[in-house]
This record gives sequence, C-alpha cells and structure tokens, in this order.
Amino acid sequence: MRTPLRPLPRILEARRQGANPDLIEGENRARRREQWREQTRGRASARLGLLAVAFACAYAVIGVRMGHLAAARPVEPIASAPGVEITAQRADIVDRHGRLLATNMSTHALYAHPQELTDPAGTARALAAIFPEMNAEDLARRFADGRRFLWLRKVMSPEQMQKVHEIGDPGLLFAPREMRLYPNGTLAAHVLGGAGFGTEGVQSAEVIGVAGIERALDSELRDPARAGRPLELSLDLSVQATVEEVLAAGIGLMNAKGGAAIVMDVRTGELVALASAPAFDPNDRPVPLVGKDDEASDSPLFNRAVQGVYELGSTFKIFAAAQAMELGLATPATMIDADAPMTWGKYRITEFDGHNYGPLLSLADVIAKSSNVGIAHVALMIGGERQKAFLAALGFFAPTPVELVEAQGARPLVPSRWSEIVTITASYGHGMSASPLHLAAAYAAIANGGVYLKPTLLRRQAPVSGTRVMSEDVAAKARAMLRGVVTHGTASFADVPGYEVAGKTGTADKPKKSGGYYKDKVINTFASMFPASDPRYVLIVTLDEPVDTTGSKPRRTAGWTAVPVAAEMIRRVAPLLGLRPQVEPVRAVALTAGAN
Amino acid sequence: MRAVFHVLSFLAVIAAGFWAYRENYATQTAMREVRTLQREITALRDSLAMMRAEWAYLNRPERLRELVVLNFDALQLLPMEPAQFANPADLAYPPPTIPAIPAPDGQAFDGIDDGATALLPHDGESS
Repeated sequence: MRTPLRPLPRILEARRQGANPDLIEGENRARRREQWREQTRGRASARLGLLAVAFACAYAVIGVRMGHLAAARPVEPIASAPGVEITAQRADIVDRHGRLLATNMSTHALYAHPQELTDPAGTARALAAIFPEMNAEDLARRFADGRRFLWLRKVMSPEQMQKVHEIGDPGLLFAPREMRLYPNGTLAAHVLGGAGFGTEGVQSAEVIGVAGIERALDSELRDPARAGRPLELSLDLSVQATVEEVLAAGIGLMNAKGGAAIVMDVRTGELVALASAPAFDPNDRPVPLVGKDDEASDSPLFNRAVQGVYELGSTFKIFAAAQAMELGLATPATMIDADAPMTWGKYRITEFDGHNYGPLLSLADVIAKSSNVGIAHVALMIGGERQKAFLAALGFFAPTPVELVEAQGARPLVPSRWSEIVTITASYGHGMSASPLHLAAAYAAIANGGVYLKPTLLRRQAPVSGTRVMSEDVAAKARAMLRGVVTHGTASFADVPGYEVAGKTGTADKPKKSGGYYKDKVINTFASMFPASDPRYVLIVTLDEPVDTTGSKPRRTAGWTAVPVAAEMIRRVAPLLGLRPQVEPVRAVALTAGAN
Repeated sequence: MRAVFHVLSFLAVIAAGFWAYRENYATQTAMREVRTLQREITALRDSLAMMRAEWAYLNRPERLRELVVLNFDALQLLPMEPAQFANPADLAYPPPTIPAIPAPDGQAFDGIDDGATALLPHDGESS
C-alpha cells in the first residue's frame, strides 16, 4: 500500500502543534527513495548472478571440450567425398594390351614383443617349424636378450600367417604390408627388375623399386596423382613369352652361356620384347654376385640386352656401307678392293677362316659375304671423323635412353683416340663395344627409312619424330643389301617364307680380361628386320659363347647359331604381331582348264 | 500478448532442440554408414586386386603352355604359324538367303515370287 507524501491526519496534527508540515513530506520522500534503492539493488544483483552463471557455463563447456580433446585419441580426418580412391598404392604395370605384369598384394609382416611372450622357448620352436629359415635356439636366444621389439619376417603367405595364429602367443604380432607381386614369374624379369621395402614401420612400409623399370620410374609409380592408373609398357606379353621360350630353347641347342633378344617397332621406337637369358624371378631376386673374381655377366640379374656391352662384329658393316652411299662415295654396285689379307702398318686384316673374296667385290657383295677387307677400304674412303660422327648420330657413343636403371650404367666402350686402325676395325664391329639395344636402335633407323628413334619401354600412341641420319633412298638400298645377306649370303637360314627377312650376322671373339681374345669363345649376333620391303620390326638376337656341334667340327659363326634361333623367333612372333605372310606359304592348287 | 509470445518462443526453442538432437544422431548414423561402406569398398578393392593378380597368375604364358601340352588330345592347340593366315576370298560363305518381298497391297505377288525363287542356287523344284 503506497503511503501518500502528505497524509492529512499528520499534517493537521503538525499544523495544530505549529510544526512545519513540509518535514513530514520530506521524511516520506526519503523513505520512498530508500525503498526504490533496495529494490533496484536486488534486481541488479540477481542479473549479475545470472550473468555469472551463464559465463560459468560457457567456460565450463569450453573447459570440458578442451579436456576432452586433450585426452581423446587422435582420429584421422575422413575424406568423405564420394569416388575418392585409396591411392596410397604403387601403380600397377601392364603390357600394351593391359595384361598385368606387376601388381600389389596385401600381406603381413611378423614381429615380436619378447617381454610379452608367455612361452619364449616353445614359441621359438613353433616358429622354426613354420619358417624354414629360422633356427629355434638362435630365436630363443634373441627372445631372451632383453630387447623389446624384434622383426621376425618381412612378408608371409596366408597359410603361414594362419599357423602363426595357431601358436596363439600374445607376444607375436602382425603388421600390415603391401607387397609387390609379379604374377608371370620370370617373364620380362630384366625389364621389371623388382621391388623391396624401404623405410619400415609397424603400420606400413614403403615399397621401392630396386632394379629395372621399377627403379628407373620409381617416383612416377609412387606418385599419388596417378590415382591408380597403371603404367603401360610397350611390351607385348605373348610376344615376350614366345621370344623368351625360343631364346631359352636356342641357348640350349647351341650350348650357349646366355643370350639376349630384342624386338623393336621401327616406326615408334617401342620395344615389343626385351629378353635376356638366363632370367630370374623378380618375386625373389637372387643375391648379386659381390666376389672379386665374379663377372657381373655370370649372374642371372645381368641384363645382356642392355648391360651386355660387347663387340658386335660384322653387324656394324652395314653402317659403313650406308654412310658411303649417303656421302655419294659408292653405290651397291661399286667395286671395292677386297684382296685379303690387307696390311695396315703393323696390323693384318684377314677374312673369316682365311678366305679371300677379292680382288674386287661389289659393295652389296661385301655385305653379303661379310668381307672385313672390303669394308675396311670403305671405311678408309669415309675417314675417321665422318665415321665417328655417323656412329654418334646412331647413338653408339652414349648410354641408351631406355627407361631401365641399368641402361645408364651401360656406356659403350669406345677408344679414346680414333686412329686409322680404329676406323678400320670399327667398320667391322671390333675395337668398340655396344649393347644389343644400341644395335636395335641403329638398325631401326635403317628399317624405318633413315630416322633414328629413341628406344622406349613405354607405350606410345602415335609415331614419333626422330633425327634423320640418312636419306630414305640410302636406307632402302641398305635394306636391299641386308636382304641379299639372307637370300645369298651368310644368313641363309634366316629366310622365313613370307616375311622377307633382311639382316646381318656378326661374330666377335670375346676379349680376355688379361688382354687379347679367346680363340673358342665368341659372341654371335644376328641383327634383322622384317618384312624387308616395308620393315615393321627389328629383331636382334645375341648368343654368348654358342657352339653348334651338329657338324663334323664345332661351328661358332652367327650363321650357324644366332641365325636359326632368330628365324624360329620370327616364324613364331610375326603372326603374333599381326603380320600376314606376304607370299602364300602354301601354294594354291594349280588350276587347269578342263576340256568341256 | 507478452505471455503468448513467451510461450511460443519457449515452444520454438524446444522444437529447435528436438530437431538438432535428431539431426545430430541422423548425421552420426550416416557417418557410421559411410565409414562402413568405405571399409567395404577398400576390402572389395583389395579382393579385386587379389583376384586380378590371381587371374594373371593362372593365365601366365608358362602355365598355359603346359596346359596346352597336357590337354593336347582335347584341344589340339599348336603355336600360331604363318601358314595359318588365309585369304578372305578363299573362305566358303553360306549362300545368302533372299528375304520374301511383300507385295505393296499386302497380297502375295505371284510373278515376282517365281522369279525370286528361280534365282536361288537350288532352284530345281520351286514350282
């Protein structure tokens, strides 16, 4: 109930007593102000209290959240965008038709926490029973020497993993692994190389290429931007398999130590097959030879097609002949002095087996009969400088640019001083060494009309441009000469009906480590192209230390060893490459006009 | 009027809270589902890769070659040879069948019908 400021009874009373009634009003005003102040303070403190509670709640929420974040286990952010693939894998490798050459497989590594093992001795025995390479006592000793972590195996099969599960010891643990798998085994082993583990952790391990294309294109294969797109090689699985099969059979028949074969598409520079024998299994690479006396070429890891830097012998003769024609010094019919033996300073240049094809021989016959003396005279007509420049243009002075890590190390062996005797010997492939792949690239230049193309192992979709090293006309004449070698020269076994093989044989004595040459160890090479009228492919076959023992005395010339192997290869491979035989292999039944 | 406004806003807060609660759980369910699906996709991808590898392993040329030798009686497969290429002109094609020609008014058209059968290679008993 609100009291009035001037209550009438009190005013009247005060007036009667002669006091000032304003005092009563002032007193009441003061009381009323006091009441208002009390009320306002109460309301304000209630508001402040509410605000304090709100702030306390907010801080509490933040505090609890911070505590939760600090205490919780970190979680990987989830990529929730649809279609994002799991691309941490190394890219697959496929052949030109998409057939798988290398892929990944998930497997597990095995490790142990020795302090958590319930029965170290029993576990060691059980593990030794599962894995043949483990030794129970050795393992038990390592379990007991106080270490807290121990890798036991890098990869294992699902069966082995199941057996380890069955041991049931809590101290044995599995680590997920990606493993490189080569489903075709030894096929194209030297191209693929192999892969191993790099940095290893418990959760994952890095897979790195250790040789071949796996090493050369390692960063590209591991690039996450590939998004699972496989690496397409130029190899053709069926051609490669056939080449390897024929090469292995040929090495067996010719009692050779090893061999190499290359099939190259002359229009694109793609290598359709590249084989070296003996081969190895890239799933389980053999240990490289490290002994002082070991020769690298004795290991199956050695890629004879790329690393095998040999003197390639008479296969080089066509280069001197082509250059002489290119320079206008000779035509296929020009008569060349081929009177053997030829004496140059203190050197004597002779023909195979002491023959003498002279006194004069046409350039085409110099190639067909493989006359050293004849081609030596041609080389002297050309001169050392020009010969060197021509061979350099054909790629004989640099490592091949193919995508194999071994290729960079295989630099051709060239004499430092290009004297006249080097000019002579280089014209018939002695005194300088190159790999069969160099030879394939150079022959491809003759086959495709005079353009040098870089050999590649990656699939090319369209013809590529290269550098012109000779005119089309000269290339065609050189091809006709090479065809002559097969029709009436040293490579008569290479005449595969329907495929017009053209090529050149080469036989070179192997150099001794101590200097000089072995008398009974040779490298036989046959460099060929088919079909000669419009070549599509170049085939190089090289055999290491072959000998044909079917005759009365051992024969070691390429015409008897490498050529039959190459002919069988062409017969088997050309249909696979989709080449129709140009002449009907079976004569149609002759039609005769019947009497009517 | 103020009281009605207060009641309405209180109801709106309740409704919003309820909606947020439901959405929260729906999102969590969806996230769980996505995680499950992603795990499943990964597992399927892994097994696909494994099967592709196994396919390549079973179809490796070395094994096929052995199988061809083992099953020569049934399959009689030989390596492809140049002699196996043939000319399309040498192939014997079956004689083409001549479709019946319907007459424009839907009735059989006797004159042309006879002529068409006469063109067939085995025309002896066509009448």
